[in-house]
Amino acid sequence: MAYLLKGVSILGASPTDLYIADGVISDKPVDGAEVIDAAGLVALPGLVDVHTHLREPGREDAETVDTGSRAAALGGYTAVCAMANTSPVADTAGVVEQVWRLGREAGLVDVQPIGAVTVGLAGKQMAELGAMATSAANVRIFSDDGFCVADPKLMRRALEYVKAFDGVIAQHAEEPRLTEGAQMHEGEVSTRLGLTGWPAVAEEAIIARDVLLAEHVGSRLHVCHVSTAGSVEVLRQAKARGVRVTAEVTPHHLLLTDELAAGYDPVFKVNPPLRTRKDVEALRRALLDGVIDVVATDHAPHAVQDKECEWSYARPGMLGLETALPIVLSVFGPQWDLIADRMSIAPARIAGLDGHGGDLTKAGTPANLTLVDPSVQRVVDPAELASRSRNTPYAGMTLPGRIVATFLRGEATVLDGKAVK
Amino acid sequence: MIKHLRSAADLDADTATLILDTAAEMAALSGREVKKLPALRGRTVVNLFYEDSTRTRISFEAAAKRLSADVINFSAKGSSVSKGESLKDTALTLQAMGADAVVIRHSASGAPHRLANWVEGSVVNAGDGTHEHPTQALLDAYTMRSRLGRLDGLKVAIVGDVLHSRVARSNILLLSTLGARVTVVGPPTLIPLDLTDKAQVSYDLDAVLPDSDVVMMLRVQTERMQDSYFPSAREYSRRYGLDVPRLRKLPEHAIVMHPGPMNRGMEIAPEVADSPRSTIVEQVANGVSVRMAVLYLLLGGK
Repeated sequence: MAYLLKGVSILGASPTDLYIADGVISDKPVDGAEVIDAAGLVALPGLVDVHTHLREPGREDAETVDTGSRAAALGGYTAVCAMANTSPVADTAGVVEQVWRLGREAGLVDVQPIGAVTVGLAGKQMAELGAMATSAANVRIFSDDGFCVADPKLMRRALEYVKAFDGVIAQHAEEPRLTEGAQMHEGEVSTRLGLTGWPAVAEEAIIARDVLLAEHVGSRLHVCHVSTAGSVEVLRQAKARGVRVTAEVTPHHLLLTDELAAGYDPVFKVNPPLRTRKDVEALRRALLDGVIDVVATDHAPHAVQDKECEWSYARPGMLGLETALPIVLSVFGPQWDLIADRMSIAPARIAGLDGHGGDLTKAGTPANLTLVDPSVQRVVDPAELASRSRNTPYAGMTLPGRIVATFLRGEATVLDGKAVK
Repeated sequence: MIKHLRSAADLDADTATLILDTAAEMAALSGREVKKLPALRGRTVVNLFYEDSTRTRISFEAAAKRLSADVINFSAKGSSVSKGESLKDTALTLQAMGADAVVIRHSASGAPHRLANWVEGSVVNAGDGTHEHPTQALLDAYTMRSRLGRLDGLKVAIVGDVLHSRVARSNILLLSTLGARVTVVGPPTLIPLDLTDKAQVSYDLDAVLPDSDVVMMLRVQTERMQDSYFPSAREYSRRYGLDVPRLRKLPEHAIVMHPGPMNRGMEIAPEVADSPRSTIVEQVANGVSVRMAVLYLLLGGK
């Protein structure tokens, strides 16, 4: 199928005609191309999420690779990296290949599995990282996300070991002893609510240690869901010294604060927790100035019963794929080059996903892109989401931007704001 | 009148004072031969207790029965996650049974807030995790007022494990609403880092005692020792326990309170607990009157 995107604005530039044929951007008119009136629409390289929970295998009642892929495509994504904390854990070539195959079958986004760093996420013994790297899933990011690789020796070894196949360790930075029983950000609100605090220093201490370890062994490090102003300063200093560290921030940490816990509605429970206004401001500045490289959703679907309960018993996490771009638009406005870099180009580079985050003005670039109508304001309705779960913290919020179409290697996955399959 | 009592923050000064005044009227009843009022006849009060707390449960039970309410005791021990039905399903069950008020004790902070979303009746927090215990604060305020004649301007020292204490949280809120000045005292490990500006902080009990009208000792669980909050029970007791020499540092009129159950010899010496200064037994009696007042007012008794 060939397409002509008529009058489209590539990254906010003057309207132009964009042809898609044979899976790539074409600089020549193509006969018989389906014409899409793209006047007023902005073309972005397809978004890439380096941090998604698809829950399959194990919790298909919360999300499947198929439903998660649909949510991703509707959110403008063409690739997502599926976290390893499934059941069974994605700590073998067999499991990562299963997830990879399920992603191909769904066919809506490229599903790139992330492998666990340690067997069973238990933090004791290194998983067969090489086997996962050389499997059909071609794993390059390894993470025990949900758990921190807290053992410094094991973290050092993992950082070193993956150099052999240009892998990267994505660390969930949380000092476990400092966060025993933790329920929310430690501060005035946690004291008032009587919920055990998750101190900022528990994140900052691990990031500080890990950048020093990465520097020592000359490895790449990726820091998941940075949430505090102090972490930003640790990263800023490390980057200034030339440490090969990249970092992500979630849409919710760019927008929401710990005050939202006041009603004890666990839809606002997430790990790392929502922080303070001061942290939100620091994270926004860090994304602008590049200390934080990417926006990653940490899309974390949960079944109703895992959220409709007491705060302390609820699972942490929130949906993100379908609202990420609108939130980034609402926070930063139509800074299209920034959005393209932080949500597509840089994440594709970190994940080693060739063909994503390409230059849409160049003929021959794989046609992974999304079309956004920035003029539309939409109210988030949980019932309308494609995810199997409903745990969005944005219900009822009015957010800018509508994803009109998404293309994966030249094939439409979303048209007129609806998934094609 | 407010519908729920989930936190002492639900009470403004007028409402709190109305509850205390109503409690005084209720207390006058207990001197009579027939202690019962028909105020809540035909109304159903459910005691939903996820934690063992015989004293609080029987206090609420006595309060409801003296108002002629039908009382259902629903003991749901064990977490709703590990076994049995969820809080929401229990709430829907109670709703179907026509509960006019649910008194809830739960180990999870905020459980009363969650419950209030799922039942139509009033929710009364009888202690939730490390959050609050508002009726305890009301009975403490009632006790102070009846012993010392006022609350406005009173200097109250709350001593011990403030970090984990729902009694301390509710007392700080309520007492400051009613004009008392609260100082929390304890080892820094047991005082929250970001305490509200409604209370002063001190780490030195001896310095605080001479200028206190009320000293409220909190129960300190010895388990905290294993978690490095303090080195030993002996050291805790030496630095923050209320013994006889420390009792002498208090002004003549000052009273000693404890929400119970006490660790005699740990945070409070037996001689102090049993001294005339101590209001500990009085607090229990006042608890029934205060809870009668709360149920009566929340349920719009007539």
